[in-house]
Formats: sequence, structure tokens, C-alpha cells
Amino acid sequence: MSFFGKLTLESIPYHEPIIMVTLAVVGVIGLVIAALITKHQKWGVLWHDWLTSVDHKRLGIMYILLALVMLIRGFSDAIMMRTQQALATNGAAGYLPPEHYDQIFTAHGVIMIIFMAMPFMIGLMNLILPLQIGARDVAFPFLNNLSFWLTTSGAVLINISLGLGEFAKTGWVAYPPLSELAYSPGVGVDYYIWALQISGIGTTLTGVNFIATVLKMRAPGMKLMQMPIFTWTCTWANILIVASFPILTAVLGLLTLDRYLDFHFFTNDGGGNAMMYINLFWAWGHPEVYILILPAFGIFSEVISTFTSKRLFGYSSMVWASGAISILGFIVWLHHFFTMGSSANVNAFFGVMTMVIAVPTGVKLFNWLFTIYRGRLRITVPVLWTLGFMVTFTIGGMTGVLLAVPGADYVLHNSLFLIAHFHNTILGGAVFGYMAGFAFWFPKAMGFHLNERLGKASFWCWQVGFYVAFMPLYVLGFLGMTRRINHTDNPAWNFWIYFAAVGAFIILAGIILQFVQLYVSFRDREQNLDTTGDPWNGHTLEWSTSSPPQFYNFAKLPHVTDIDAFTDMKEKGQAYQREQAYQPIHMPKNTASGIFMAACITAVGFAAIWHIWWLAIAGLASAFVLFLVRAYDNDVDYYVQPDEVTRIEHAHLDNVVRG
Amino acid sequence: MSHAHSSHDVGDFAASIKSYVVGFVLSVVLTAIPFWSVMTHQFDHATTIWVVVITAIVQIVVHLKYFLHLDFSKEGKLNTFSFLFTALIIVMVVGLSVWIIYAANELMM
Amino acid sequence: MSIAIQADLHVAHSDEHEHHDTSGNTLFGFWIYLMTDCILFASVFATYAVLFMNTDGGVSGKDIFELDFVLIETAALLVSSITYGVAMICAKHQKKAATLGWLLITFALGCVFIGMEVYEFHHLIEHGNGPDRSAFLSAFFALVGMHGLHVTAGLIWMLIMMVEVLTTGLTNRSVTRLSCLSLFWHFLDIVWVCVFTVVYLLGAL
Repeated sequence: MSFFGKLTLESIPYHEPIIMVTLAVVGVIGLVIAALITKHQKWGVLWHDWLTSVDHKRLGIMYILLALVMLIRGFSDAIMMRTQQALATNGAAGYLPPEHYDQIFTAHGVIMIIFMAMPFMIGLMNLILPLQIGARDVAFPFLNNLSFWLTTSGAVLINISLGLGEFAKTGWVAYPPLSELAYSPGVGVDYYIWALQISGIGTTLTGVNFIATVLKMRAPGMKLMQMPIFTWTCTWANILIVASFPILTAVLGLLTLDRYLDFHFFTNDGGGNAMMYINLFWAWGHPEVYILILPAFGIFSEVISTFTSKRLFGYSSMVWASGAISILGFIVWLHHFFTMGSSANVNAFFGVMTMVIAVPTGVKLFNWLFTIYRGRLRITVPVLWTLGFMVTFTIGGMTGVLLAVPGADYVLHNSLFLIAHFHNTILGGAVFGYMAGFAFWFPKAMGFHLNERLGKASFWCWQVGFYVAFMPLYVLGFLGMTRRINHTDNPAWNFWIYFAAVGAFIILAGIILQFVQLYVSFRDREQNLDTTGDPWNGHTLEWSTSSPPQFYNFAKLPHVTDIDAFTDMKEKGQAYQREQAYQPIHMPKNTASGIFMAACITAVGFAAIWHIWWLAIAGLASAFVLFLVRAYDNDVDYYVQPDEVTRIEHAHLDNVVRG
Repeated sequence: MSHAHSSHDVGDFAASIKSYVVGFVLSVVLTAIPFWSVMTHQFDHATTIWVVVITAIVQIVVHLKYFLHLDFSKEGKLNTFSFLFTALIIVMVVGLSVWIIYAANELMM
Repeated sequence: MSIAIQADLHVAHSDEHEHHDTSGNTLFGFWIYLMTDCILFASVFATYAVLFMNTDGGVSGKDIFELDFVLIETAALLVSSITYGVAMICAKHQKKAATLGWLLITFALGCVFIGMEVYEFHHLIEHGNGPDRSAFLSAFFALVGMHGLHVTAGLIWMLIMMVEVLTTGLTNRSVTRLSCLSLFWHFLDIVWVCVFTVVYLLGAL
């Protein structure tokens, strides 16, 4: 084995013009950004205030930035697939050869789920959850930073695969035996394994961190059943993370052993059983979709109750419905592979459980409707996303119940009907929720408002584009078109394939409008400042801070006696009180340990992919040494002095009075 | 830094030791029984399986109580409930996985 | 990742009036981490349960398990549990020398366990019964080996803690870290109860 393992110059796909142009564009954008940072002399700020930050709010913003960048990558994949299918009808070959096309649909799935939706969700949770429970930070701030960098590490690996070697051609689920060494001898599946493994460990640590935060660090007086609904749904999601991500870690570990050390868990020979991979993968994969959707449900609840200026209808039923969804989410996973052909009893059990899960979800929809009923709903951008969700997600939910019937599933399994269904729920459910949350909390995080007109225009493009892009897929599914097809030769499908491609471009317009919105809002930020910290007349504690919040969140920890804690404070006249004297505040110091450790782990992953064993060992050893240095560092915290707190608080309260 | 040791969990030295010894003796007995029953073929096949499985479950409970100090006190119940939840998930994931694969295997015989 | 929580030990802060009492958060966070570890093991146990009959014409558990050998391994680990328990009680009572002594005994017992396991694995591989032979052996090596790796991690951690206690004494931080290791060590004993029951005893029947 050579010094660089399997890595040679031949690993760079320079004969692929599409990839080379993409890399050139990415390189130019990178250089422009670096030049801008240098020009404005922001490298120091970037390093000291952001990359090494342990502040949950800044980590939240960085998570969301990561999600937006990966959204561009994942959506590029989507538009390439749609155009390929539109061009490759009637037996034409299109412009993407199968081995490239297969990598694109795999990358699209992995990126959208693991590196777009998850960071977006975790970003919003980081940003808001500690504020909502009146805490100054999460339970383990350094660990939070490390989790972020481990997630980024996985994203880095998956993007390296674009320019070095290849990505998996297996679909985002990487089912064996196709993903075994015998049938996927390249590095594609190894990129898949290590990107998911490293980011998955980061996610598990996030789950641990936030469970400890919610259970141990709530503001004085706040009972569990007084936590804001978004905090509750995130808590359920974190419980699911902690309970399901280890299954992914295990199953990827077993596949790794198969590929690297010739074990026989899922191979065709040696007595392996590929179905066990599929089984364990979905035992993680199904809870994973609830991890994505539950926080979105929380966002919709916050948005609806805020913009109707009413208390959320059925708060406790909402909490328990989320709990029921979490538990039931763990006993439905077989519906992803009814067609494996287990016994009728097995299929019946999982089919019924899947249908039952629609009940608590229905409870939630009625709660939102009853909250709106006789309220004065202010039609803002977050509300538009919420209303769009309520219609779209209901359709997705109903097609899901249809797929839960094993007999129907045997017909529709792996058809475009399924693709339409899960985009209907994940896009029309989870992603719409994150967009609502993004618009809702943007002024809180950044201190200025988003441009409302562009936001609405973007929403309508997404909403219309979604229906144009995905409704045809239901039809195509019924017409028998399966997923992951490179080119087709069936005149009956053509119209619907072209139709769907148009939809993808309408969504593209929506995404472009969102970035235009960000640019315009940033340019005009001075006219749109949020000086009060409470732009929407909010209910919960995050709105009691300034926008953006003070780095210590709360000068004095609030005392909570009500679910809508901030509304309660405003009604009792306890909001915006000037304190005579403040206590010193204990805060963690920023640290570069997290980013350095994650860099070492990235090297380990890269080395394992290319079989560069000296680098793997060196990376692991360095990460361990860095960890020890961190563990025995005594200079990790400091106190914010009362005079500084007084200065910051009084400046904020003066702003509130002026606003 | 020493003030933290005045917290609740220090307790009496002898009593703490005694609790560990009780747990240890119980564990020894609960380890000896299944090994003895398997190694000497004391019982028939089905009975041995029951003996082995039941002593294992009891021993896990003993470890949880005497070594990991799980209880339902105000401070300890969070840990206990998180363990019980985990146990529920494990029963569901392992139990259903085994059911799914065994049922499929049966149809393929 | 278990130890990463440890690094946050003195940074975590719960309440402005009692922010020195962070060990509660750390221990709880570590406990949640152990729960994730439980599920990790459970997944591999499930895989073992599904694959243990798939011997592909090779050896089965009945052919290769030597119960008297496993009984000694079990004894070493079980005794190490109580010796760690005593070390922990000594640590809480600020008995530095006794703590170190009991930790050393625990460490030695852990090494006995790992040594025996390495011997067993080596013996099996030497006779052509390595993990590449069959799905049963893959599952066996993965499950028992994963427990062994955890014990090894625990031993390294114990070594670091002995150095820490030796140099800085039984500070609040050290005691909290020892408490986390205590949870870890006892947890591994529970996993071993499952391993010897499911793999060795039921396999040897």
C-alpha cells in the first residue's frame, strides 16, 4: 500500500466537465468570500467570535448557515435530476450518465436529510430553546461547539467526495448487498459511511446536551408542563435522537466491519443477512423523520398562537400528542420494507401502528385550527408558511396512511408515489416549518426584520412550485414509474415528467427570492431594526431579551409562573424592569478545542476512506491529546461584572422606551 | 473546592460499604446459579433457559440498585425514568427486530 | 464521546446562586450518554440474535465456548465492580491513598479480563475461526469485542484518573469524574451480564 493509500491523481474526476465547472465555481466563490473577509479585516472576528464560540445563539446561526449552504448543494442535485429526467424521455440518454446520476440521487437524499434538514432544525433549537426556558446557555457549552463541528466535519467529507473520488451510487439508504465491497468497490460508500457516522455522533451529543439542558436548567419556577411548546417538541425530538441515533451508529459500524475487515453481517456469502441492515437502518430512519417534523410542529404552534394573539389551544394535548408520536414512531419502521415478505402478522402489526400514528397528528391539526378559530390571524410570512403547511402536510399524511396498507404498498413500493409522499411530508412539513421559524425568529437572532414582500413572494413560489413538482409524481407512481430512473421510454409518462421539471424551477425561483430577501434585508437593515426585542408581541421568554439577545441571555433569571411566561410578565407589568444592582454572571470562555478536534476527526474519516492508515492513527491520537488538554485546562470560564451588565441592560431598556 | 463534598451523596462510610457488599454477594449467587445449571446440565433444556434468563434479569436489577444506585427519590428518579424509557425502547427495537427477521426466515425455509 | 461531557464539567452552570454545583448536570448528562450506549449495545445484541445460527458450515457457539474460562473472566469483572465501588466511597470521604490503592486493584482486574479476552480471540483466529469465517463469528467478535473496547477505554480513563488524583488530589472535579467513570464501569458489568447470558450460556446449551 502506498503512502497515500488508495488516493492517486486519478481520483480527481477531471474528465467530467460538470464536476470540474462546479468545483471552479465553488473555488471562485470561496476566493471572493476570503477576499471580502480580508478586505473588511474580519478574520479575527470570524475566529474569536464565531468559529470558536460556545454561545448557543451563535452556534445556532452557524448551523442554519450550514443548512442554507447545503440546501444550495442538495437543490442543485434536485434540479439536475429533474432536468435529466425531462431530457431523457423517449429513449434519449440525457446529459447525465447513469454512474453520475446515481451519485446525484444518493447525495441529494443524504444532504437534504442529514446536512440540510438536521442542521436547520438543530440550529433553530440552539438559537431559541435556552432562551425559551430562561437559561443562560446549554448544560455543556463546549460539547455544543464540538457537536456543531462534528456535523460540519461530515458535511466537509461529503463535499470532498465531489472532487476526490466518487460518492455512493446506492441511494441514500445504502442497502447491502449493493453497498458491500463486492458490488461497490469504490470509495463512494466509504464517504457515505464516514460522513454519516461522524455527523451522527455530533447529533447524538446534541441530543444528550439538550436533554440535560431542559431537565436541569429551566428558569426558577418553570415546571415541565409550563415549557413553551417549541421547547417541548424539541425535547421529544432530542429523546428520539438519543434513542435512535445509536442504532445508526451501530448499523454503520457493522457495515464498516463488513467492508474493511471482511466480516459477514450483511453479505450474500458467509451466512450474512442483508435484511438486518435494512431493519436496523429504518429502526433509526423512521424515528429520524419524527426528529425532523416534531420541532416543526412546535414552530407552527408558536407562530399560530403568537399571530392570533391567543394562547395555544390544547397545550397539554399537544405535549402528549408529541409524546405519543415519539413512542409510536419507534414501532412503525417496518412499513419502509413491507415488501421484504415477512409474515402477514408482522405486516398487519406495523400497518396498523402506522395508521394509529395519524391520530395524534390529527389532534395537532385540530389544535391549530381551534387556535385560529375566532382569533385575529395576522397574515405575516411565518403564518403563510404555517397555513401552507397545514394544507400540504394533510395531503402528505393521507397518502402516508394509504401507503400504510401493506397491500397498497406492494403496488406502490419504490414508485414515484412514495417519492411524492415523503417530499409531501418532509418538505411540506418539516422544511416549511423551518422556513416559518426562520422568518419568525430572524429579527430575534439578527436584530432587524426580513423584507416582508420578498418573503411572501418566495413563499408563493415554494408553495406553487411544490404542487407543480410533486403532484405529477403521484400520478407517475400510479402509472408505474419507479424511483431513481436515469432515462425513460414511455410516452404516457412524458407529460408528467415535464410538468414536474417546471415545478422544480418554480421552487428554484423561491430559493433565489429567499437569498435576494436576505440581501435586501441586510442592505436596508438600518431602517428595519428591531429595537424592542419583541417585534410580534410574543408569548415566550425569548422575546423578553433584546434583539439580538445579550450574550448572557438574562441579566437576572426570570421567575416563571405561566406557560406564556412573557405574556404573563407583560400583563402583570413585570416586563422590562430596571434593576438597581446586578449580580456577576458566570460564563464559559470561547475555545478552539472543538474546531481543532473536529478537524482531526475529519482527517481520520478522510484517511479511513482512502486507507491512509498513518493519517488515521495520527488524527485519532491528536484528537485525544487535544481532548486531554481541554479536560485539564483550568482557564475556561469568567465572570461578567455587574457594571457591564448594568450598562448593557440600561442601553436595551432605553431602546425599548424609545421604540 | 472542598465545600462541594458536603452534598447529600457522601453518606456513612460503613453503610456505603455494606450496600456494595450486599450487591456483590447477590451478584455472585446470581452468577453461580446459571453457570452451574448450564455446566452441570442439572435441568432439562427449557428449564435451564428460564433459569439463565431470569437470574440474568434479577442480576441486572441488583446491579442497578446496589452499584448504580437507581431509586425513586427526588434526585434519583430522573435517572431511573430515563433508564426505564431506554429499556422500553430496547425491548421494542430488539423484540420487534427479532420477530421481523425470524418471521421472514420462516417463510423462506 | 463519553469523556467529552467531562470536559464541560466546570463550565456548565445551572443557577446564578449555585453555579458551583455543576456535578449534578455532568453526572446526569453522562447518564444520558450511557443510555445511548445501551441502545448501541442493544442493536448489536439484536444483530447477534438474528445471526447466531448462521454458521455457514463452520463452528457454532457450542463448539468454541469454554464456560470455565468465561466464569473466570466474569469473576474478574464482578470483583472489579466492588473494588471500584470501594474506591469511590473512599474518594467521597477524601481518602486519597485508599482511593488510589483500590483503583489500582480495579485496574489490575480489568487488565486480567482484557488479557483473557485477547487470548480467547487470538486462540479462535489462530484456529481459523476468525470473524471473516461466518456471520455467527462476525456477530460474536463484534459484540464481545465492542464490550472489550469499552472496558479498554475504561481502563485508559482509570489510568488518567489515577494520575489526576495523584497530582491534584481529590478535588471536586476529580470526584465528579470518578463518579462518571463509576457509572461507566458498573454499566459495563451489566452489559457483561447480558453478554455471558445471551452469548455464552445460551450459546453453550
